[in-house]
Amino acid sequence: MSKRKFFFTLPAQLPLMSSRRLHRSRSKLSPRARKFLLLTIFLGPCIVMIALFWFGPVFLTVFLSFTDMSIRRAEWHWVGLENYFNIGKHPFTMKVVVNTAIYVSCTLLWNVFVGLLLALLTYYMDERSALFYRALWLLPRSSPPVVYGLLWLWVLDPTEYGLLNQFVLALGLSDKPINWLMEYPMLFIILINGFVGCSFGMIVFSSALKSIPRDYIIAARVDGASEWRIIKDIILPLLKWPLMFVTAWQTLSLLASYEYILIVTNGGPFYATEVWSLFAYHQAFEHLELGFGAALAMVLVIVSIICVVAYMKVFKFRRMISPAKIEIA
Amino acid sequence: MVSVRLVDLCKYFGSVKAVDGLNLEIKDGEFVVLLGPSGCGKTTTLFCIAGIYKPTKGRIYFDEIDVTDWPPKDRNIGMVFQSYALYPHMTVFDNIAFPLKLKKLPKQEIARRVREVAKMLQIDHLLDRYPAQLSGGQQQRVALARALVKQPDVFLLDEPLSNLDAKLRILMRAELKRLQKELKITTVYVTHDQAEAMTLADRIAVMNEGKLQQYGPPDEIYNRPANVFVAGFIGAPPMNLLDCSLVERDGRYVLDFTSFEIELPRELGEVVRSRASSSEVVFGVRPEDLKISKGPATSAIKGVVYVTEPLGREVIVNVRIGDHIIKVIESASTASEIAAGQEVWVVLDFNRVHIFDRKTGKLVV
Repeated sequence: MSKRKFFFTLPAQLPLMSSRRLHRSRSKLSPRARKFLLLTIFLGPCIVMIALFWFGPVFLTVFLSFTDMSIRRAEWHWVGLENYFNIGKHPFTMKVVVNTAIYVSCTLLWNVFVGLLLALLTYYMDERSALFYRALWLLPRSSPPVVYGLLWLWVLDPTEYGLLNQFVLALGLSDKPINWLMEYPMLFIILINGFVGCSFGMIVFSSALKSIPRDYIIAARVDGASEWRIIKDIILPLLKWPLMFVTAWQTLSLLASYEYILIVTNGGPFYATEVWSLFAYHQAFEHLELGFGAALAMVLVIVSIICVVAYMKVFKFRRMISPAKIEIA
Repeated sequence: MVSVRLVDLCKYFGSVKAVDGLNLEIKDGEFVVLLGPSGCGKTTTLFCIAGIYKPTKGRIYFDEIDVTDWPPKDRNIGMVFQSYALYPHMTVFDNIAFPLKLKKLPKQEIARRVREVAKMLQIDHLLDRYPAQLSGGQQQRVALARALVKQPDVFLLDEPLSNLDAKLRILMRAELKRLQKELKITTVYVTHDQAEAMTLADRIAVMNEGKLQQYGPPDEIYNRPANVFVAGFIGAPPMNLLDCSLVERDGRYVLDFTSFEIELPRELGEVVRSRASSSEVVFGVRPEDLKISKGPATSAIKGVVYVTEPLGREVIVNVRIGDHIIKVIESASTASEIAAGQEVWVVLDFNRVHIFDRKTGKLVV
């Protein structure tokens, strides 16, 4: 029927229909429902992910932290805040706090500064060499953590066959091989994490540098600025937002990271590299005290949230993302 | 203040010759405009003068001093960019003060000079604002202030007005000219806008494909274009340029356009014959040098009105003669009686025509 009829009716109806009616006749949904549908489509997946992988685990952790649940016992009881009090009583808590503070602050400093340095160095290179260097620094990040950890173990091997020891012995800096992870465990944990971590800053800063208009740099150069002044007075202020982002992001990811430490030293020797997240992991999955481990993890969550709020205040996050007030004269 | 001399300046990017053998002399206190279409090498030339690009070949002299290998900061130049390049994280005051801070001048001296130049450019009430809080015209003034505050020997401007709206552009144009005359700074100004070039320049350097086409005062560029490129580039609407050949017939000289002919005065014909490399030439005449006659007249060609474009005071009349469309500018009063399709005569003044050699593109007469 009605190819013909369709052709006849459509032109007659069109001028009568407002665009709104056209929309409605097509979708058969009220504007409210349409808006809801759109929001669901765009935000839904993200909300589901956050609910599943953030709120879910946090909720479970809170629940666990108020129990004495353990894989060793069949039943469990509510114990209130006992696990939290036990954190204070644990003989290694102070040691772990100090370790975590040293590890996070040093690695953070390294990651931000070396990331910035690499970004600036590659900024002044020609595009091809810059690409090569960036790719080189991304290698640790793109290799599996276990492989990367094992490579470091070979480099730091305590016998004379270790790569670093071969250098040290050949250069005559020491007459016998050094047991690096025994002598300087924290230093190497920081370096091992730092060599992976700094590439994050490098990538963020490199793209931020590329977005700085060339004219700013040329104008500053014409005005008589040295390269150092250009970096200090023009580039760094313009990198304020990426610097804040990398610092905040790295703080949080360093607080929660322990995989390289687990692989390389497993917190040793004798708690020298035991950081908070690894401590929680050990309590929960090695000593099988799920409740106590969960309480330790909750402390980490609270510290992270405090960090986020502090960063937002310090870096005036709200002002930075608010639109500029442009006045037209 | 200094004079600037470019000697055989070349700048190549790989196989692209952005600037190719440019010789240019800019007198002390002169306002020179580098004019040309985009990609003609005018900005590259400016960047070479600034020291941002190192020339592939050739030398740059400020007075008699060879500055070719000097870094930008030692050349004492002030530069204004099309984008203004104001530092967004600094206030207007700090933007203007930046070059002085780099010179490590005392604080009071900096403040005094910033206020002085801000007052001159009427932005002294904006010193506490950030660039994002300013309008385009105000940003432009801040950029000028930043370039002028260090009392440069050479003032370089790279299309400084192209981001402004038409009305503001004309206003700033006049102001720039006044400023330059007042301060007597040697100025090099890059633009692709021929109206800007004509109004501002003491001398215009017309460039195309990295080469200098003509260098001279605006009226010379306008009245005696050195070649077909300059003739077509300067003037709005551009010069009528028609290919034709010179034919000698029974002792008379005739320009043959295939669909019509024009007889040249004898002396003119002889000059063309003796100077042109062949009989193939280009005939050029500006729309404003032509007149419309409703009846036959001496040295007039018959055509049909194709379309008219009113501009208010004047009207551009497009006349079809043979296969060619010729533009004529007529006063609105005369043109009001002209309608499309009407038969008219286009009257030539042989003192105002240009003839170019088609092979070399150069002016014959």
